[in-house]
Formats: sequence, C-alpha cells, structure tokens
Amino acid sequence: MSRLYDLSIDEVTDGIRNQHFSAEEYVSQILERISKRDVDIKAFVSVNTDDAIESARRIDSKIRKGEKVGHLAGITVGIKDNISTKGLRTTCASRVLTDYVPPYDATVIRKLKECDAIIIGKLNLDEFAMGSTTEFSNFGPTRNPWNLEYVTGGSSGGSAAAVAAAECTASLGSDTGGSVRCPASFCSVIGFKPTYGSVSRYGLIAYSNSLEQIGPIARTVSDVIRLMNVISGVDPNDDTTRTVASPYSVEVTRNRLRVALLTNLTVNAQPEVSKCIYSAMDTLSSAGCICEEITLDSLEYALASYYVIAMAEASSNLARYDNIRYGFNLDPEGYEWNSYFAKVRGNFGDEVKRRIIVGTYILSSGYYGRYYLKAQKVRALLRREFKSLYSKYDVIIGPTMPILPFRIGEKIGDPIKIYYTDIDTVVSNLTGMPAISIPAGFSNGLPIGLQIMSDEFQEQKIFDAALLFERTAKIQVRTPL
Amino acid sequence: MISTYNTKIGLEIHCQLTGLESKLFCSCHCDYREYSPNENICPTCTGLPGTLPLLNQTAVEKAAMVCMALRCTIPNSILFYRKNYFYLDLPKNFQLTQYNAHGISSIGVDGLLGYEQGEARIRRVQLEEDPGRLSYMNGSSGSLIDYNRAGVPLVEIVTEPDFHDPKDVRLFLNKLASIVEHLGVCDTRLEGAVRCDANISIGDSRRVEIKNVSSFGDVEKALKFEMTRQKAMLNYEMEIRGETRHWDEQRKITKQSRSKEEEQDYRYFYEPDIPSIQIDEDYLKELRSKMPELPDERKERFINYYKLTEHVSKVLIDHKDLADYFEESTKIYFAPKEISNIIVTDLMSYADDDSKKLGSTIRNIKMTPKQLAEIARMIKEGIVNRKTGKQILYEAVLSGNLIIASENEMNFRKIDDEGLILRSIENVFETESLAVLDAKKNPNVSNYLLGKVMELTKGRVDPGRALSLINKKLLEY
Repeated sequence: MSRLYDLSIDEVTDGIRNQHFSAEEYVSQILERISKRDVDIKAFVSVNTDDAIESARRIDSKIRKGEKVGHLAGITVGIKDNISTKGLRTTCASRVLTDYVPPYDATVIRKLKECDAIIIGKLNLDEFAMGSTTEFSNFGPTRNPWNLEYVTGGSSGGSAAAVAAAECTASLGSDTGGSVRCPASFCSVIGFKPTYGSVSRYGLIAYSNSLEQIGPIARTVSDVIRLMNVISGVDPNDDTTRTVASPYSVEVTRNRLRVALLTNLTVNAQPEVSKCIYSAMDTLSSAGCICEEITLDSLEYALASYYVIAMAEASSNLARYDNIRYGFNLDPEGYEWNSYFAKVRGNFGDEVKRRIIVGTYILSSGYYGRYYLKAQKVRALLRREFKSLYSKYDVIIGPTMPILPFRIGEKIGDPIKIYYTDIDTVVSNLTGMPAISIPAGFSNGLPIGLQIMSDEFQEQKIFDAALLFERTAKIQVRTPL
Repeated sequence: MISTYNTKIGLEIHCQLTGLESKLFCSCHCDYREYSPNENICPTCTGLPGTLPLLNQTAVEKAAMVCMALRCTIPNSILFYRKNYFYLDLPKNFQLTQYNAHGISSIGVDGLLGYEQGEARIRRVQLEEDPGRLSYMNGSSGSLIDYNRAGVPLVEIVTEPDFHDPKDVRLFLNKLASIVEHLGVCDTRLEGAVRCDANISIGDSRRVEIKNVSSFGDVEKALKFEMTRQKAMLNYEMEIRGETRHWDEQRKITKQSRSKEEEQDYRYFYEPDIPSIQIDEDYLKELRSKMPELPDERKERFINYYKLTEHVSKVLIDHKDLADYFEESTKIYFAPKEISNIIVTDLMSYADDDSKKLGSTIRNIKMTPKQLAEIARMIKEGIVNRKTGKQILYEAVLSGNLIIASENEMNFRKIDDEGLILRSIENVFETESLAVLDAKKNPNVSNYLLGKVMELTKGRVDPGRALSLINKKLLEY
C-alpha cells in the first residue's frame, strides 16, 4: 500500500471500512509523511502522534468487531492552531499562549471527533491569524510546498501547506479577510470561507469576530463539501449561528449558472493572474455557464473598511491576554499589576502590536465616528450592492489573490504592501457571504487561484461552479514531491 | 451661606439580578455566595480564548420588568457593548454592558420614579455583567482574585441629578429597593447585591462622584458628609475639584481616590458575538401580564381592602417581607388592624432603630405568620388580654413556640369568672385596708387598687371590668 497519503476523504474512509488498509496503517503513513516533509515545510506546530495512533487503533478494532464507525472514520484532519483542542496545546503561534492547553474542544473539533475523524496536529499561522503570509509566527514561517523559498500565504498557511504536501487528508483554517482562501490559492488547494453564521465559532480564538469563519481546506471540492456537511449548522454555544441548507451535494446540481467576472479584481491583478482568470471563465463557459463581465465602484472602499473593523475588534479581543489565568511562563513577582500587564503584552509580535495600537486608536473617542462608524456604513453598502448583484447572477468570480506567491521576506518590511494583497478576498468577509478558492493554473511553477463567490447561504451554487470547474479544468492539485 | 437648593445629586445604582438561576452569559450559578473561591466558574466567565457569550434571556426579561416599573421607554431592539479597560478582576479586560449613543439605547431610557417626597427622572437602565472580586492578603503585597461573581447580571439604574437633599435620596432608594423586591429580581439584603454611586455638585461647583457605597443606608451619610465638606470649602472660597471619592465605611468619611478614573476612554463598541435582541410589542405585552404587583398598587390595596392607614401600609410595603408576613397572617385569621399593629409597633420594638433592619427582623424571628395569626385571634376574641398577648408574642419571636398549651394555658387565660375576680379584689382589700379607706375619699386611689388586683392576677383580668367591680365593692364599705 504505497502513497495512501494521496487519497481523498472517500477513498480513505472506504479503504478503511472495507479493510483494504487499516486506519493505523493510514495514520502511520501520514505521520511518516509529516516527519519527512515537515522538516522543510514547517506546517505543523504540534503533531498529535500518540493520540492519533490510539484513535486509529480504536477505529480498526471497531471495524474488526463489525461495530459502527463514524462516516469520517480514519481521515486525518490538521487544525489551525487558533482553534481550541481539549488537552492539546493551542498557541495561536504566539508567545503569549505558548503554554496554553484548552480545557474544552471547539464545536468543529467535537463534531469531527463525533464522526471519528482523527485530529492529526495543530498547524502554523500568522500570530493570532493576523497576516497574509504565515511569516508572522512565533514558530517561524511555513514554506510553500511548490517552492520552499516562497510564502504559503496566510494566515492559514500551515493548513494549506499541509494539505498541499499531503501531510493530512484535509484541514481547517479560519478566514477573517481571506485567511483560508489566500493560502489555498498560493498552495494550489481548495479553501472555502462559509457564510458568516453557518459554522460555529465556539472555540475559535477570536481575531475579528464579526468577520471570521472557520473553513475547510482540501485537495478536492467534494472533500471540502464533506467537511462542510460535518462542521456547519446551528450551535447552541454560538448565538450567531444560523440554520444552513446542508447537507450540500457533492454532485453538480445545476450547470447553467449565471456567472459574472468582477473586472475590478482582474484589472488590478498581475497580468499572469488576470490571464489565467479569463481562461477560467472560458472553462466555465465551456462547461455550460453563462458568463458576463461586471464592475463595482464601491469595491475600492472595501480594503480600508476591512482593516478598520478588523483592527478595532482585534484590539479588544486581544485585551484578555494578561497572563493571569493562562498563558506562558513569566514570573509576576515584584511587579505592580499594571506594569506586569505591560510586560506580558510586550511579548506579542510586531504585527499584532501594530494592529492592537491602530485598533485602539480607531475606537478612541473622537475617532470612532470618523473610522469605525464609516467602515460599518461601507460594509452595509457593500452588502446591499452584492445582494442586488446576486439577483442577477448565481456566482461572481475573480482571482483569489491579485499576485503570484512571493519570496519569504520580500514584503515583510512593508505591512501596507501585505495588507494590499487581501484586496480581492476581504469583501466576502465584510458582506458575510461565502467564497471559495480553487486552483486555476500555474505561472512559472507558482499557483494561481480562482475565487468563486455567492450570496449568503447559497453555498451549493459555489460548490456547483467549483465542481464544474474542477472536472473541466483538471488542474494538478498536490505537490509532486 | 449656600442654600441646600443649589445642591444637585444624581445616582447610579447597581442592582444584581439575584433572582436568576444562571449568570448573564454562561450557565454558572448566579448565586455565587455559597462557593469557595473560583468554584463557580467556567471557560466563558473566566474569558478563556475562543469562548462566546450566550445571553441569558430571562435576564433580559427581568431587566425589562425593572424598566417597566420605572416607566422607562424600551427600544424595539437592544445590543450589547464592550466597555474596554484593563483591570485584574475583569477576565476579558472588557465589560459587556450597554451603551447609549449613535441612535442606540440601552434596555430602558427616560423613566420616572415617584417616592414619598417627590420624583426623580431615570436617565437609563442597562443590563451588564459584574466583574470578579479582589481581596488582599494581610502581610503580603499580592492580591487574590475570585471569579465566582464574574458574569453575574446587574441592572445599572442611572437617575438625572434630581435630588437636592440626602434624605430624599434615602427615601428614593427605599422605594427602589421595594420595587426590585416586589419584582422578585433582587434580594437587596444580600451582601453586595445593591451598590450605589452618587454624584453631587453644589451651585456652580464641579461634580464630585462618590463610589463604593455598598449599603443604601450609607448613601445618605456619605452625601451628608460630602455636602458639609463642600460647603465648608466654599465658605473658605476653596475650589472644589471634579473628582472621584471613595466612601470609607469604617470612618464614615469620603476619601479622594488615587486613580484618575475620569480620564479613561472606554472605547465602547458593539459586541458582535451577541446578535441584537428584538423586543416587540407582543413580548412586552406578555411581560406586562407576568408583572407582579408593584409597591404603589399594593399600598392602594392595603388601604382599600384591609383599611389600614397610609402610614402603616407604607411601613409594611417598604419591606416586602413585612408586607408578605402580614398578608400571610391575615389569610389565616382576618384581623388586619390587629396584625399590622403588632408588626409595626410590637415587632418594630424588637428591631433596631435603623428601619432597614426591620425587614431582616421579620426574616430572623422564629415566629411563623400562623402563630401571629393565633395571637391576634386570642386577643381579638378576648381569650388573652393585650398584655398577655405581648408576652406570648415575645416568647414566640424568640423561641418559635406559642406557649398556650395545658398548664401554661391556664396561666395566660383571662379570668372570666366574676366570682374569681371578686375573690381577688377581696384579697387586695384585706391587705390594702388603708388604701381602701383613702379610695373612698379619693377616686384616683382606685387605680392603685386596680394595679394591685392586676398584679395578683398576673394581668389576667380585664382592667375595665375589674375597676367597675372595685368601685362597686368600695360602695359596700
């Protein structure tokens, strides 16, 4: 049984259930793969080795006894290290949470475990999910499996890289302004940002709670859909969750989709990227979709609004890290509490500090109306405009990232340049609407992602388009290594 | 001299919703007082990463009831806001509260509450969470933090500066306490269940805020102290600084706070984790139908139905427990005048002069309302006279026993037999022969003889009846 690590969710669960191979064999191969590949890629922050093997053995023993197992039995899921896992260190790639072990599971983790999925480990990210490259991690950057000199994108860089390098069956990331889609695009895998409120955020360590959602990353569209069918739905632990139209179909339900290419996104993109997206539109046309080009003027305010809201919320969300109840080892002896707080919070990385400072400024009295309130107005405007667009189109497409992956360290000194790379993704977070990134091609060996967006709770339309594109375009998904 | 009239006082009252089962945003117990430190906590109320607040809908109901009782306007939908500041007792380093700005309001605004001497406008009522508690160890520089209280629901009630006299503040607070008691939302006697901050300004001087007053009784004292202090300063033409002062419970003075709390910028913004709560007309209608009787309505009923005086009704209703005790007794034996008199006059004498303690007296006595009804019945039906009744009452209050059974019963039973009364009078006449002679000339001495008869019979004869028999007997001499 060679290359089990390449298999999709269905292939793994079928293989294990029909005893073509055991869960233990599969998990062992994955662990071996991690130990071989992750030395270079550095996607994992923690590997859940013992626990994973033990879970696999339990599944095998159940199957041997003819007992029922969950429908994800044996698959290995890597988890972004800002999603709480009971008993398994959850660091947010931050020094201030180095020693934090959550006493509870996030709802998505509980649901995965209930289906007998195996939590294979915790994946690297930009500290507290703040970044678009996974360079701002206390553990150092994760490297792009397609070219180790290049960034993975972020902030769920570990989640995308691990899937691309076949170090796990699939993974979960979180998407606040593109943090699932950006690394999915840069690593040539599929990343999905669900409608706000369709996946529980209980246990997701908040960066900007009005914008973010947990989303799956996988090598096939149907794997993404299968994970969505498990993790989405109303959660009594998250009052912002709503009823969703799941289970979603892994078969195309409609192929004559009305597709609009948002040219604002291609005009500002690198020519190679733009070209690739136009050819993706042709692919969709050839698959039966009706394609048009549109523009939307208000889009130019999206990026600024996004950063105002995200930083404002972040400044408050991160206030709790004072190292009193949990955190890392820093002796409080001899400090007056205020100076201890200051000392503790000096341990955030530069990018986190930058966002806390800007966010604090934005919320200060006198500036609230000038920035925060205005950003909320832009948000409401964008929602209205996209709502009206979706009365005419089923899905809107464009590039996920305006540029190709760049070299590690290339932009690290210029935060604004990095912020600017989020320009195509933030709008879906502002509107709360779903979006996917799916591999669309390569330029000089570097991946390009196609973004497909739709109206809130219309995930099936996105999945239909993605399934159509996937089977028509046949883009190579996994790194050849 | 600066007149009292220039004094303006406003209040900010924090009232825990002690009647609830669970905290405002998690399922930990609302009643934290019985727990060892940090036992009544969970990931949510200690602010662990990734936890989300789950709004206690009953808390919204109770807060809306408070708003209705205070005649506030209730908006169609409400939001929660984060008040951001760093403090050791605050697990998230922000407090979830409400906010009035940008066209958004808290659960209640623009209310009005009438009290004995006037009325005060209510600026707003808001629902929020209590922080944890700090305590300091003797002989150590460290502080201990207990999060058992963190997340307990509070309503904050803010008045307009409509008071001129600290005495009125006390009357207002008594009324407010009675309202929250009647609504069943707050047991005001629990330690820390009600806290009051007050701000006071005299004339054109700047506003001084007094914090940390943990009993309603002390608010009046703190304000009186502050008025005296400020007037003295003004008389010496000293400038009064706008500042926050703390009430020192032990020394009964206000002290300047070290921190410059007024300069804080709380960076309020709405909490995205709590979707807006719709409060439509149907919701309010249902709530209105569930509203318990409020003190004003109850007082009207006491006056009209039980025919009690305004004063007696008020004393009873100011302390819901007294009024409840009264009504329970009355249900068993309908003698409202007798029962209310016993409560208001006799039981009052067992309480300390501080009227606040009257409520706790009724709580701590061992006598049941049924026993009180029985005592009232015995007095009313002439089985015992009032004096004996009081002895039984005293005994019942202390021991919870109604001593009227078997041999004791005889001692207390009124002497009804005329022959027995006459025999007692004859006994007295024999030992007090000189007084008998005096009495024949001076009718006032009859009362002396009566006293002796009462003494001999241990008060078991009706004094009026005994006196007329004494006078009759004197004529025979």
